[in-house]
Amino acid sequence: MIDKTLKQLSQALAAKEVSSVELSTLFLDRIERLNPDINAFVTVDREKTLAMAAAADARIAAGTAGPLTGIPIAQKDIFCAEGWRTTCGSKMLADFVAPYDATVIEKMHRDAGLVSLGKTNMDEFAMGSSNETSFFGPVKNPWDRTRVPGGSSGGSAAAIAARLAPAATGTDTGGSIRQPAALCNLTGLKPTYGVVSRYGMIAYASSLDQGGPMGATAEDCALLLNTMAGFDARDSTSLERPAEDYTRSLEQPLAGLRIGLPKEFFAAGCDAGVMAAVQEAINEYRRLGATIVDVSLPNSHLSVPAYYVIAPAEASSNLSRFDGVRYGYRAPDYGNLDDMYMKTRAQGFGEEVKRRILIGTYVLSHGYYDAYYLQAQRIRRLIANDFVDAFKSCDVILGPTSPTTAFKLGEKSADPVQMYLSDIYTIAVNLAGLPGMALPCGFAGGLPVGLQLIGNYFDEARLLNVAHRYQQATDWHQRRPQGIE
Amino acid sequence: MNQWEVVIGIETHAQLATVSKIFSGASTAFGAAPNTQACAVDLALPGVLPVLNRQAVECAIRFGLAIGAHVAPKSVFARKNYFYPDLPKGYQISQFELPVVQGGAITVQVGSGDKAYEKTVNLTRAHLEEDAGKSLHEDFHGKSGIDLNRAGTPLLEIVTEPDMRSSDEAVAYARALHALVRWIGICDGNMQEGSFRCDANVSVRRPGAPFGTRREIKNLNSFRFLKEAIDYEVQWQINEIEEGRAIQQATVLFDPDSGETRTMRTKEDAHDYRYFPDPDLLPLAITDDWIARVKGELPELPVQKRQRFMDQFGLSAYDATTLTASQEIADFYEATVGVAGQGAAKPCANWVMVDLAARLNKDGLEIAQSPVSPQQLGGLVARIADNTISNNIAKKVFEALWNGEGASADEVIDKQGLKQITDSGAIEALVDEVLAANAANVAEYRAGKEKAFNALVGQVMKAAKGKANPQQVNELLKKKLEA
Repeated sequence: MIDKTLKQLSQALAAKEVSSVELSTLFLDRIERLNPDINAFVTVDREKTLAMAAAADARIAAGTAGPLTGIPIAQKDIFCAEGWRTTCGSKMLADFVAPYDATVIEKMHRDAGLVSLGKTNMDEFAMGSSNETSFFGPVKNPWDRTRVPGGSSGGSAAAIAARLAPAATGTDTGGSIRQPAALCNLTGLKPTYGVVSRYGMIAYASSLDQGGPMGATAEDCALLLNTMAGFDARDSTSLERPAEDYTRSLEQPLAGLRIGLPKEFFAAGCDAGVMAAVQEAINEYRRLGATIVDVSLPNSHLSVPAYYVIAPAEASSNLSRFDGVRYGYRAPDYGNLDDMYMKTRAQGFGEEVKRRILIGTYVLSHGYYDAYYLQAQRIRRLIANDFVDAFKSCDVILGPTSPTTAFKLGEKSADPVQMYLSDIYTIAVNLAGLPGMALPCGFAGGLPVGLQLIGNYFDEARLLNVAHRYQQATDWHQRRPQGIE
Repeated sequence: MNQWEVVIGIETHAQLATVSKIFSGASTAFGAAPNTQACAVDLALPGVLPVLNRQAVECAIRFGLAIGAHVAPKSVFARKNYFYPDLPKGYQISQFELPVVQGGAITVQVGSGDKAYEKTVNLTRAHLEEDAGKSLHEDFHGKSGIDLNRAGTPLLEIVTEPDMRSSDEAVAYARALHALVRWIGICDGNMQEGSFRCDANVSVRRPGAPFGTRREIKNLNSFRFLKEAIDYEVQWQINEIEEGRAIQQATVLFDPDSGETRTMRTKEDAHDYRYFPDPDLLPLAITDDWIARVKGELPELPVQKRQRFMDQFGLSAYDATTLTASQEIADFYEATVGVAGQGAAKPCANWVMVDLAARLNKDGLEIAQSPVSPQQLGGLVARIADNTISNNIAKKVFEALWNGEGASADEVIDKQGLKQITDSGAIEALVDEVLAANAANVAEYRAGKEKAFNALVGQVMKAAKGKANPQQVNELLKKKLEA
């Protein structure tokens, strides 16, 4: 049961082979047994989970269930869920119980009837690529527990890889769904900016943040995205478009598909093992009938520097609300108001968060704004234009997700720039607001390698189709880490 | 003071009369228990997002149209970042580089009577923003309380060019603006509740010299304080300069008790607000259709009404401006003319502007509170116009109406027997009586003393208890004396 896809679980629930309560209990028991070591979950609440499962069973019995009703999943601890502790991986919110539901939570649980197994660990305020910045400690990669699972959605990735949950949500600001999916042999999708509501999703960099699904297969991601996506009047950046069924074109053959390979993604800087797996995936696509074309993203080398201006700028402002006044952590001893602010924020935020707040404050400051913030916005437009040009000659863009496989815990945490380069292939997608996917495409040194697919705006269904056909022809996504029972 | 020129610019925060807040659905009603009108968005809980209230945008469009400004087809909301306990997000959503209303002007009348003159004050911009909450420093045993009911209340910040040259001009502008925002229904103008508050930027210079260094007087919530604060500040700046000290740019507060301004912060400790476009909100797009629709819903504006009063009623520019100083005055005047008849438009203007205004002023009342209604005043003016009563008697009737001694001018005239005597036989009898009894005056007049004539008129009016038609009295007296 634990290795089933969402579609298989859906069938099992519908056929009454298993109840939601039984299924949820199965995963809760695994979490109880395995999570102390892997640390994928920050908050588990058996009682709440089983109450949701019982409600789902009632819906199934009453015949009012949707396709995913009763399936347990894990929620990244960045989504506010009423009555659940919602920490965003920070000491600042270590005791914060959300009084309201994020739109994603409302849609997935109240509307679709999915069951929440709990809240997953993450880099503090989604700032990190290794899950080591979490106040709740690092998450271990189930493929090698001396290694990181990637980040910031590292808890969600590790939970699925260790089969503590069949699927999970993630959020992706610069690669935070795709990179951990790649490092943990999973499939993950970052939708077009504005497809999934950001209401109730704690903001890191508002113009880049986007929630999305993580699972074992592209089909699972399509099914989950069906429950997550849709216009939300409470998010002004949400896009008003008709609802779509993201599974609709999964089976479409790939003959005639034009896959663009950006030469910048195939230059130096990528591990040979990763590159070899990606090349083999390209060969597989040729066999599936796709045409391979060369494209160029000439400004992509500017994406990391532009990102590390824009994202910290927005973050420095977004995180101002964590001031110790209304909720969250407040320093126990302080003198005057300024002292309260300083001590609260000095003690409540971790190093990486403080680093980004400082960078962001600096680039927005009088006299620096034009040179940094405005310049970065110009680069952002150039990068978006690169993709527009590239999509004139191809349907999807393909490359590696991450330049390396999972690295050792502690290996990069002392060197922020090395850590930032981990997202070198993913960040441009966020800057352009495009949809991007990661999916398993092989192994290097026994560790998973993730392929990245980038689509044009609103081409989620096509990306899922391109990934699904590949997964029908390969079995990388079915591989499971050893030593986890 | 003559060798110093005063330069004043005004920033006004007008609270917009919307039902809900600018970025949330919470109510904007005043006076609720603390923190009962603050929703998740107003509290800045983690994850919440702002959604723009279109009603607030319509208020801005109305204002832009009313002052002949450019309503920007695209404007941008920006974050103004600073920490304060009553600012829940740690930033205020405002507009910075691209405001919704750009330019425009308001023409105001400064002074009264012969000394009155017109002044056009140019506006730089008006932009939408949210208000902060309130810090409560009492009753918390050494701690401060925060009330976030006001947080997120929509404001229109209206900024002028440094066009005003005296505190009188500043007050005239502030009054005209206050009347205008109420006129077009975008602000209730309640200054006690903080719905309309002014900041004055004040500097002095030698005429012809570049602008001096300005100091900004914050949060003036009455026209009297605005005038007092500017007058004090101007004198203070002149003294400083004359004593050889340079003015430092600063933000100051006015203390109504002492009548003084005092420095709150100087340029050195000014905030760097780190403005940047709010990524949670799309640029505000205002289409021509939207503007056209709002335009169609606008009432007749003060400038339009002023022109109509001149064209339709033959009023002078001064009268027309005075009578369109507020919607209430204009409505009162037009209703009065409606009863008195268009032929009496000019005397109606005088009654509203002079007699009624003086009486209201004496009792400290606003025109909306006038005990004499436009119907009553119009009826009164009609009786002057048709010679039923003289102007002097009319003042008596007005006072009687003011004191509630009759439902209409006609009733008062009737009850008190104030109808004018126009019967020439009756007047002639009175004239004869007076001439017979005042031989000395008659002799003086005939000796060439014109003043004696007035004395005789007075005697006739006295004998008639003021009711004789003055013109007929004049004519008859003259005829008899020169016979």
